[in-house]
Amino acid sequence: MLEIKKLFVNIGGKPILNGINLSIKKGEVVILFGPNGSGKSTLIKTIAGFSGYSVTGGSITLNGKSVLEIPTEARVRHGLGIMFQHPPVIRGVKLQQIARYLCKDEAKIDDLAGKLSLKGHLARDVNFGFSGGEMKRSELFQLMLQNPDMLLLDEPESGVDLENISIMGKVLDKYLKQEGKSALIITHTGYILDYVKATRGCVMIDGRFWCAGDPKEMFRNIRSKGYEHCKVCECPQTN
Amino acid sequence: MPSDELNKKVAEEDADKLASSGMDLSEKTRSASFLQQDSQVEFRRSLFDGVEIMGTNEALEKYPEAREYYGKAFRSLGREYPADTEGGYFIRVRKGKAVELPIQACLLLKRQGFKQKVHNIVIIEEGARAYLITGCSASKAADEGFHLGISEFFVQKGAYLNFTMIHTWKEDVTVKPMGIALVEEGATYISNYVCMKPVKEITMYPTAVLQGKGARASFNSLVLSHPNSLQDIGSRIIFRADDTQGEMIARAVSLGGRMIARGQLKAEAERVKAHLECRGLIISREGTVEAIPELDTNYRDVDMSHEAAIGKISREEIEYLSARGMSVEEAQSVIVRGFMDVDILGLPDILKKEIESLEEKSLKGSM
Repeated sequence: MLEIKKLFVNIGGKPILNGINLSIKKGEVVILFGPNGSGKSTLIKTIAGFSGYSVTGGSITLNGKSVLEIPTEARVRHGLGIMFQHPPVIRGVKLQQIARYLCKDEAKIDDLAGKLSLKGHLARDVNFGFSGGEMKRSELFQLMLQNPDMLLLDEPESGVDLENISIMGKVLDKYLKQEGKSALIITHTGYILDYVKATRGCVMIDGRFWCAGDPKEMFRNIRSKGYEHCKVCECPQTN
Repeated sequence: MPSDELNKKVAEEDADKLASSGMDLSEKTRSASFLQQDSQVEFRRSLFDGVEIMGTNEALEKYPEAREYYGKAFRSLGREYPADTEGGYFIRVRKGKAVELPIQACLLLKRQGFKQKVHNIVIIEEGARAYLITGCSASKAADEGFHLGISEFFVQKGAYLNFTMIHTWKEDVTVKPMGIALVEEGATYISNYVCMKPVKEITMYPTAVLQGKGARASFNSLVLSHPNSLQDIGSRIIFRADDTQGEMIARAVSLGGRMIARGQLKAEAERVKAHLECRGLIISREGTVEAIPELDTNYRDVDMSHEAAIGKISREEIEYLSARGMSVEEAQSVIVRGFMDVDILGLPDILKKEIESLEEKSLKGSM
């Protein structure tokens, strides 16, 4: 599904990702751990094709096709779906308008908005005055309507209270259990691991992968020993 | 019942232009209509009991009181106005009448090079309520022209007027509207201005005078500024009575033209509440938007504020919509349409949908 080989990325001339290898097959869910500033969001934004992330080496392929030369919307057409960590407010653009762009089925929009407690938000400007939880629910709502095969989720639970995490976790879990859905999920808190069955976890430090393994076990170790321990951990890089 | 009479008065080549200025030529969704081409009143008809509509000249002959209203608003501010006008509309909504379907008036520049000068009078009597939509436009033949529109609005005690002016001019037309509204106790005056088409030059600075306790006024504008256009558009609210409220909201998008958005809130009484908001979006490198807000008072117990923001479309917004599958062009157009939010005009559904559709067409053609 998603294949990243020896990826090097600069931002403003400064190297951020230093030779990333990552392979996510159909149906796999990969959790990405790492301290702040390690390059996790850069990886997701580079896969998404956002500006300012210059690829100086390596390749990204989606379903066997290189996506480096194509714009974000074309990557989206190839099955990519992106959840923003900090989605922007766009005044005058209603959540409903985006929902209708993504999905022509009004009944589906209505049903999903109900499940994610967003019915009252449909007529509002997207992300304007939304709380942290509402923003993330709105992101998930849009993604579910978009129906991508490869989800990139940048901290889906940040700024979200436990009740909202539970609502989102359940919706996300159901979605990922469908045939052929894959995801790359960045998490700091690990809450999402209670809801989503992840295939494996990886730790990124200083723009490199240091170890890979069972995500729940890794998260326990990170919580007790910190990321510094990952650097000395001799787990092989088995992406 | 409406018939096809208004439609018959309009040349086929002008029908689309008038429709895009907010005119319903079938009159099905209007309570009264007025059409003036150059200096000639071509049509006027009221379909609603309690709404009078006619040419200003006719009203001056018919009603002695019309003469009292003529120039009254300008005199109240000690301002002069050109007297060499020809025509214009006189609209009066009688006391207590609530007119749900909009009244429409159209001023069309028909002949090449014509200088149209009109004097309009609108009276909304005590407790009455009305929506007025006016379209000012230039015919296919009139590539070059001049339009001077003097408008006086009298919104009497407890009355409500929502006035929406749509301009669809052409590249070589110069336009100078001058408007003053006198708003009495407990009355509301809402003035909306929509200009999406190219024009050579527009200079306007309409004023609302809140002269009765509890009166309210708002000026809202949606302006698209095309290359080689100069639009110096402002509005002023003078708060002459206690407990009055006013608001101005301007949205300006420059596709290459020069746009100056002025606004003045002048409080001459106590407990005035007023806010001014101007937002500008610059799409083209050649475009400029200047926001000039002014707050003016000698009183302490007032609450007046302004905010102005000018910028280009942010990269994050474009990328957000691209991540939902939109091309950069699509995303840009969705953002601009959202920016030009028709909701700010406070229109009833029927007019809101019409203006959204006009906006959609104009933006499609220009971006």
